[in-house]
Amino acid sequence: MTAISTEKNAKAPPTYLVHDKSLFRRVWLRPEAVLSSSIVLIVVLSMLLVPNYLRPSADYTFSTLLLNAIPILFLLLPVTLIIATGDIDLSVSSVLGLSSAVFGLGYQAGIPIWLAALLGVIVGGGVGIVNGVLVTIIGLPSLAVTIGTLALFRGIAVGLLGTTAITNFPPPLTKFFSGSIPGTPIPWQVLFWLAPVIAFAVLLHFTPFGRGIFAIGRSSEMATFSGVNVVRTRLILFVLSGLVAGAVGVFFTLQYSNAIGSNGSGFELQVVTAIVLGGVSIWGGRGTLLGAIAGGLFIASFSKSLQILGVGDDAIYVITGSALIISVVVSSISGRVSIRRRRKGSPTPAGGE
Amino acid sequence: MTLQEAQSSRTAATTAVPSRSVVERLIRARELSLVIIIIALIAGTAGAQPSYLFSQGGWRDLLRGPAMLIVVAIGEAMVILTRNIDLSVGSILGLTTYLCGDLMHLTSLPNVVIVVIGLAFGAALGLINGLLVAFLNVPSLVITLGTQYAFRGVAVLWIGGRFIRPEWVPNSFKHFGLSQILTIPWLLVVAVIVMLASGWFLSSRRTGREFYALGSNPDAAILYGLRTRQLTLIPFVLSGLLAGLGGIIYLSIFATGDSKVGFGFEFQAIAAAVVGGVAITGGSGRIWGVALGGFFLATLNTALPVLNVPSLWQQAVVGLLIVAAITLDRALFVARQRQARKAVHA
Repeated sequence: MTAISTEKNAKAPPTYLVHDKSLFRRVWLRPEAVLSSSIVLIVVLSMLLVPNYLRPSADYTFSTLLLNAIPILFLLLPVTLIIATGDIDLSVSSVLGLSSAVFGLGYQAGIPIWLAALLGVIVGGGVGIVNGVLVTIIGLPSLAVTIGTLALFRGIAVGLLGTTAITNFPPPLTKFFSGSIPGTPIPWQVLFWLAPVIAFAVLLHFTPFGRGIFAIGRSSEMATFSGVNVVRTRLILFVLSGLVAGAVGVFFTLQYSNAIGSNGSGFELQVVTAIVLGGVSIWGGRGTLLGAIAGGLFIASFSKSLQILGVGDDAIYVITGSALIISVVVSSISGRVSIRRRRKGSPTPAGGE
Repeated sequence: MTLQEAQSSRTAATTAVPSRSVVERLIRARELSLVIIIIALIAGTAGAQPSYLFSQGGWRDLLRGPAMLIVVAIGEAMVILTRNIDLSVGSILGLTTYLCGDLMHLTSLPNVVIVVIGLAFGAALGLINGLLVAFLNVPSLVITLGTQYAFRGVAVLWIGGRFIRPEWVPNSFKHFGLSQILTIPWLLVVAVIVMLASGWFLSSRRTGREFYALGSNPDAAILYGLRTRQLTLIPFVLSGLLAGLGGIIYLSIFATGDSKVGFGFEFQAIAAAVVGGVAITGGSGRIWGVALGGFFLATLNTALPVLNVPSLWQQAVVGLLIVAAITLDRALFVARQRQARKAVHA
């Protein structure tokens, strides 16, 4: 076996440099693996070192950890796909807030709660269309558009609700959305979350549509010439992002039984940080959904441990902001190092990556 | 296309310019339309409530209020010109305000020294952004999104629930915020000086011209041999410096401040820049347009409550202006391209 492969290698230089590496390096030196093991490490260390991590009840700690993380874990699903095409959607946090405001006001106005919830999701999808049309059909940079709509949608949410907060949601529902499956520390919402996870993972990694997403991220023109409908793909992703953010707006409102204008503000930072930490290239074309999810869980478990240690929310902002910078810095440097090493290693690579 | 054809098409495109409609030319002359809109806005608001313009305090606030936004927007505009973005200006502004307030409380340094320290502090924070963006080849959006929250978090950690008490701020400093020359507030004079200086720098200095070159085509700028790293770095430092100046202006107007000063101000700065005609894709825009954009936006913010629009809608208006301005720019660009193409075929 070894003899054959060395003979082959001697004849022709390796075509696929990725598979040229040992299995260990391929599996373990990936952001997903590093993050998953760090999460386990953090949780285990916290159990040993942080007083009360297991008491009063470990169930409580784990369920609040997951409940705090769940909006981010929802939002990062579509945003990962958007970042994989090389675009960005910063407005998700404001879409969440807008949907929350619409849902709350609808409920307060006396329409049935399911209809109000549907209205919130539809508003999310609608503003997703606005983002998508501005980016794809008008041809504006997604960064500029979503910075504008980040302010716009948040402004509408704040304007609609004013300084009031709507809090009188039906207790059975709020209990459901903030509660866990009996006997486990796993919130009910995690079950809701699994369906879109599978859907988005299949969409990104196992369908032609998903291959198209990565192709657009590598080069939009090349994707066009290989038959990818670039405009349609990007538009669909922005609409999906709006729909998911709209649904999260409803869940989030019920989870905290509170519809206020500032719901979800600042989440865009955590979402982007989770995705970049998870090894998705901010330039597009590379990354996995699993990595992004691991990034989200990493931030959640890390900040939970800090919280229990008595570090305030403000320090967590500093840490999240720095984590974002460090993760892009590290990926930038490691990218440069690996390019240099590749150049040194094989002066004439046959296929390249 | 042969060279001759290309040349003739270029002349065709340039000769096609005078045939624009009047409306189109007005829209394109962004500065002129802004001046008209500002005058109409002030006239309408003064009509609803005369003291908005015709009282001594109204006149002063109308003119000195925009100073803060104008200087911060000019810094932001320089960053956008080089095809980057700075989301951290609001946080830099807030940190500088508190630093200066604290220095006034804890030390008895003369105002000038405190102002210089504040400016240097803002520039230093801008330098952090600039170094990260210029040397690591990472999108400025990601870096400044990170520093926006990191700086704001530092502010909250440091300041906590405290706030700058008005009695900390020396009377001479507060007096400067109120003083006028020929009924023009000094603060507006400061903003105008910043506008003239940066306008001159961008239009006449080599480095300023190179900002435009880098922003309109980064690849070409590299091939041309421009020092792209320095050219990326300098606008961030200037933006930090001017955000610091914005914080100092804030302190001289309000003589107070907590950890939330400047929260969300980056959106106002970006809106002022794009409304003032700076292309969000870089490489195009004039500083006095930005100053007018800043003046318009700040005036709009104070006019809305007078016109019975609750101030809660302020942020929505800012967002709408950003989206509308970049959409208008894009539409004009596409129309211009189509016109040029038509001129070639004709």
